[in-house]
Amino acid sequence: MSILVNRNTRVVTQGITGKTGQFHTRTSRDYANGRACYVAGVNPKKAGEDFEGIPIFASVREAKAQTGANASVVYVPPAGAAAAILEAVEADLDLVICITEGIPVRDMIEVRDRMRKRGARTLLLGPNCPGVITPEEVKIGIMPGHIHRKGRVGVVSRSGTLTYEAVAQLTELGLGQSSAVGIGGDPVNGLKHVDVMKLFNDDPETDAVIMIGEIGGNDEETAAYWVRDHMKKPVVGFIAGVTAPPGKRMGHAGAIISGGQGTAQAKLEVMEACGIKVTRNPAEMGKLLKSVL
Amino acid sequence: MKIHEYQAKEILRRYGVATPRGVPAFSVDEAVKAAESLGGKVWVVKAQIHAGGRGKGGGVKLARSIDEVRALAGGILGMQLVTHQTGPGGQKVRRLLIEEGADIARELYVGMVVDRGSQKVALMASSEGGMDIEEVAARTPEKIHKVFVDPELGLTDAEAEEAAHRIGVPEASQAEAVQLFKNLYRCYMETDASLAEINPLILEGNGHLKALDAKFNFDSNALFRHPEIVACRDLDEEDPAEVEASKYDLSYISLDGDIGCLVNGAGLAMATMDVIKLYGGSPANFLDVGGGASTEKVTEAFKIMLRNPGLAAILVNIFGGIMKCDVIAAGIVAAAREVKLGVPLVVRMKGTNEDLGKQILKESGLPIISANNMAEAAEKVVAAAKGAK
Repeated sequence: MSILVNRNTRVVTQGITGKTGQFHTRTSRDYANGRACYVAGVNPKKAGEDFEGIPIFASVREAKAQTGANASVVYVPPAGAAAAILEAVEADLDLVICITEGIPVRDMIEVRDRMRKRGARTLLLGPNCPGVITPEEVKIGIMPGHIHRKGRVGVVSRSGTLTYEAVAQLTELGLGQSSAVGIGGDPVNGLKHVDVMKLFNDDPETDAVIMIGEIGGNDEETAAYWVRDHMKKPVVGFIAGVTAPPGKRMGHAGAIISGGQGTAQAKLEVMEACGIKVTRNPAEMGKLLKSVL
Repeated sequence: MKIHEYQAKEILRRYGVATPRGVPAFSVDEAVKAAESLGGKVWVVKAQIHAGGRGKGGGVKLARSIDEVRALAGGILGMQLVTHQTGPGGQKVRRLLIEEGADIARELYVGMVVDRGSQKVALMASSEGGMDIEEVAARTPEKIHKVFVDPELGLTDAEAEEAAHRIGVPEASQAEAVQLFKNLYRCYMETDASLAEINPLILEGNGHLKALDAKFNFDSNALFRHPEIVACRDLDEEDPAEVEASKYDLSYISLDGDIGCLVNGAGLAMATMDVIKLYGGSPANFLDVGGGASTEKVTEAFKIMLRNPGLAAILVNIFGGIMKCDVIAAGIVAAAREVKLGVPLVVRMKGTNEDLGKQILKESGLPIISANNMAEAAEKVVAAAKGAK
């Protein structure tokens, strides 16, 4: 089963004519069932053309009507990315995955407000995220496919390369992944840890979950309380940024300790109190997960 | 991005928020001229640095004569102002704001931030002005009134009235407070601010409201559409290493340890710092070279780390995804040759083209210590840093 995406997902790439969009569409199409999954691209000025055989349409709505696409991936540059997300939401897709980094927060506040008021059923993953992969079925995003193996561990993280680190540790220990989800490093985003946790909890093909967080905000705490009250599967965790100084934005726009809030220590304490096993050593995320199976 | 108080007040005035009259000054003579042009009998000489807590640090003084303005300006300009936000070394004062004195009847607080939970802008207002709002939040949270603003409607009259009432703005000044809160909200949104704080917001003896101090931070993702904000940037207030790094699109933050870190990805970069600490070392910096690091970027990253005279060792931790390990390895070799590394270098590489990358490092003949995982890398770099001393 997996979560969010599988071999039957049909993907439209928004920003397919840019360098980044083309590069990642190509590598994603070459992964597992990618040839069947990547069905369309969007660019109003290049409608009717194609990208290496993938047809380009004028709008997401048209791409959906013509190809049956039910998910989109956004590589549109920051200034136009919010509009691209809204276009996919208005086309009523199941899922929008926004890879774009650097979208103004004000734009995302507006996107999330419009989604709420519309009662949109579309789920948003990101922005500023690596995307999602269901190993050996479909990869939607910028993660290296070859480190993943099909299996029964769920991975959810705010980071890109740190997620790959966790995945590689699992794979080396012989533990495959059901799905690996990067929710992104921005302060205002779509799916949060708790939302992904709920999906993993309901997924019969997921046995345990690694939750990777970082400083800033309190999404990890929210997820931890939910785990304590509802989760039927073991969860382990790691939080990056124990050594991060307050008031400094650590690369990700959302990774900042402000007014004493959002420290790694506070998150780790809440997670432990909620029954999540945590490690302070990022080299041991995989081992820790193995210990709870 | 941060700006100075005097710049924040200029922006506020453009949005119809009243402030005391004031003039920025970059020298003692300018300070004296500013005071003369303002007139009156009392002036405030205010150090302009980006850190808060300037008053407690001795950077804000009252002058009762032009001679006193001259003396205070001379004393404050050029001083290393130490506050709870500057670190022990303090920040050199290069700019002043000379302001007219204010008739303070009450000190209130109003601020705005993005609330991540509700995904809305939150207006925070309090009767406890002039204090650190975090302290108020910790001690007497009931004294902070919060409004989560609907992005479509903006701050409504009713919400602004409620806020004014809750923080004890007298009846006669309520209409002015409502207008001020709405103006501040419009200012916050239109400038893509990430933080706006008026602390204190003063109620004068005559019933008018004024922003006595003002602090703004801006969303760096939105600077592309605000050249007027970018023009306010003061590089003197920023860490030279961070400024240099930003030229090459490197995300760098100086820390006080002695082990340099070069990593791809923000989360992995933080985790690398953490694992160094876990093994008894101390990171000298956060450095994310990003997803598309070229040889040039890696070389510049090494140069920036090596500017730090206290550097004892460097750890490179790369998880090759899109970025291939062989490309990074070539970058490391080129950089190490160009900058003449004087400290031990530990490299941990994983992911795409890992073997090719390791081979390039090995064949370079450089004294690179390689490691197979993060823990081993941390252990080795901590040992190397200790050995280097």
